[in-house]
Amino acid sequence: MSLSYVRTIDAPKLPAPTTTAGTWAKLRERFAPTPLSGLGTLVIAVFLAWAIWSIFQWAIIDAVWTAPDREPCNAPGAGACWPFVQAKALQWVYGFYPIELRWRPNIVFLLGGLSLAGLLIPKIPFKGWNALFFFLAFPIIAYVLLTGGRFGLEEVGTEQWGGLLVTLIVAITGIVASLPLGILLALGRRSKMPVVRTLCTGFIEIVRGVPLITVLFMASVMFPLFMPPGINPDKLLKALVGVGLFSAAYMAEVVRGGLQAIPKGQYEASMAVGLSYWRMMLLVVMPQALKVVIPGIVNSFISLFKDTSLVSIIGIFDLFNIVQSGFNDAKWASAQTGNTGYFALALIYWVFCFSMSRYSQFIERRLNTSYTR
Amino acid sequence: MTVNTPHSKSVPPPAPAGGVSWFYDPKIRGYASQIIVVALLLWGLYVIIGNTQANLTKLNQNFGFGFLTQAAGFDLSTSLIEYSSTSTYGRAIFAGLLNTILVAVLGIIFATIIGFLVGVMRLSKNRVVAGAATLYIELIRNVPLLLQIFMWYALVLKPLPGVKDAHSLFGIVFLSKKGIVMPHPNFGPGAWAGLLFLVAALVGTWLFRRRARKLQDETGKITPVWLISIPIIILSPFIGLALAGWPLAFDYPELKGFNFSGGMTMVPEMAALLIALIVYSATFIAETVRSGIQAVSHGQSEASSALGLSRGRALRLVIIPQAMRVIIPPLASQYLNLTKNSSLAIAVGFPDLMYAGGTVNNQSGKAIEVVFILMVVYLSLSLFTAAFMNWFNSRMKMVER
Repeated sequence: MSLSYVRTIDAPKLPAPTTTAGTWAKLRERFAPTPLSGLGTLVIAVFLAWAIWSIFQWAIIDAVWTAPDREPCNAPGAGACWPFVQAKALQWVYGFYPIELRWRPNIVFLLGGLSLAGLLIPKIPFKGWNALFFFLAFPIIAYVLLTGGRFGLEEVGTEQWGGLLVTLIVAITGIVASLPLGILLALGRRSKMPVVRTLCTGFIEIVRGVPLITVLFMASVMFPLFMPPGINPDKLLKALVGVGLFSAAYMAEVVRGGLQAIPKGQYEASMAVGLSYWRMMLLVVMPQALKVVIPGIVNSFISLFKDTSLVSIIGIFDLFNIVQSGFNDAKWASAQTGNTGYFALALIYWVFCFSMSRYSQFIERRLNTSYTR
Repeated sequence: MTVNTPHSKSVPPPAPAGGVSWFYDPKIRGYASQIIVVALLLWGLYVIIGNTQANLTKLNQNFGFGFLTQAAGFDLSTSLIEYSSTSTYGRAIFAGLLNTILVAVLGIIFATIIGFLVGVMRLSKNRVVAGAATLYIELIRNVPLLLQIFMWYALVLKPLPGVKDAHSLFGIVFLSKKGIVMPHPNFGPGAWAGLLFLVAALVGTWLFRRRARKLQDETGKITPVWLISIPIIILSPFIGLALAGWPLAFDYPELKGFNFSGGMTMVPEMAALLIALIVYSATFIAETVRSGIQAVSHGQSEASSALGLSRGRALRLVIIPQAMRVIIPPLASQYLNLTKNSSLAIAVGFPDLMYAGGTVNNQSGKAIEVVFILMVVYLSLSLFTAAFMNWFNSRMKMVER
């Protein structure tokens, strides 16, 4: 049988390629490699220009910049109502935390920020001590400072906390609690003991199979029933338990990925030199596995940070809830208040999440030095 | 001659002199730690059950699912099945489940289409197209979904006009505060002819494609199968209906008093939830698609262009089939996320499973039972999606020769 699809006659000659050098050709290659693609460029460019111009007009040109109350924002044709943001900014950060005691959250912000910077910037030494501080000492200091009631500090109930403070507390508690829990769950899931493995796998899969809202709902309605009668746990504490368990299950899967990336030889070598299971994990496997999953941990922190907005549904005044509740303030409720509030809120979340995802990419590049085309 | 290599399993390693102390025997240690874990678990359960019982007696409640047959006494703003406030709690939860499934299925379909499009766009050589795709992805996925749902709800759907001066599209689709009202098709007897023609067209396309492939194998000629088939497939049900005497009537929405009557309505809550879910999930799907395509080695696209395949054919015949193997597993988890994220409906009051469950709990106080039902249902939805995607994955897997 002859191969009938092999050509026997010459194909018609193609025209000589148009020049591929020079500014014009380069421009064409970048913006209109084919006529259809050029049309796409035009449509998208027009749309983008329109969108950017409308936002610019609303947020800058038509915006109200200073006003004592809502009146100027209610004028027809008014753009963003920035005085509303100005008036509420401190409440968005601290919630209803007593004004004269706000130095306490400030110290917590400062300590947390410094320690986190020390952990995240590769050049800064003493990573081990820093991690120890951040994961052990810092939560205790923050707890004592924020709640008070000890060392002569005035007590501040969690119902007075709010805003960015609560958002950060929920996110950081989630990550600090989920790391040790997640590591234990991941080890349990890879354990050779059937009972431990089944329990860990079951927990991870059940929690990952249901929405966070269900877990929060469970924490807020069932957790009190599980406690001895008469004890009604704090609302924020219930949310923290829910968020901690939820993120632990996700963290376990991230850590498991890292554990699987460690070659078997590392385990065998550690056993050959006589290390016990825990020393093998602590000294040989975990340091390597955790380094591999740093981008994964940052990514799950990003989604946790976004998910903290869900605690507003069970009635906690996090950043999202406090901004939204400001819309009903009689002094500021206007046609543009809601738009401005949502815009500012989106911008805040975006700045946090985008910078974290950039950081995660930076670390990924630092860890992955393999040849790429 | 046999030599005892360390690998031969038949010969057990010689026990050390004197044996291992039982305290250090890994087997005994394994059993002991498992027994301790089970004991701790049982003790924990015992305490929790005891506490719960005490709490429930204090609240004058008892555990049981009998409440599901009681009248619910609340309304749902939209439902796929017959539902009113006199229906039972069980029916309320079922109606919520159907709404969840509806949103999830519609969301998955549209998010996949947009996600694939944006993912391919992001890899385009055209800088503007790639830049727009990147901008969209980076803007949307770094803002919480809950916020996006509220933004769509408050900024786009709330400012819509009232029913009286609804935006109308050709006088048959109406857009107002009450949502989107569309004509509802009513099929009369004989409507099966349309379905029959559609099936016939599909079968015909399949035969045509087989024939075209054979022709290509024999002569190398490529028949534009889809260019011919797709119009036929689209037209065939209409031809069938026309031949059967057009047994299709539309129930058009009409403005009566303060509301529309007739037609089918998509409530604004559902529109906000659905748009936000699609726009948000599409960014993640786009990233999955992009990384999948990038995972196919450069040599493949270079080889396809060396063989003279156009960019489109290279994508369709060489790159995408290989990329699919990388894309499907993370795509499955994106579908799971979308289904779970649909529970945010509770924030805008769209009556999905979570909303119905939450309301039932508020009315009946049966917290444990409701949470149990919610978890079981969400878990089974997740398991079902996972099983389906596993089946799909095994079909798309590389066939190695």
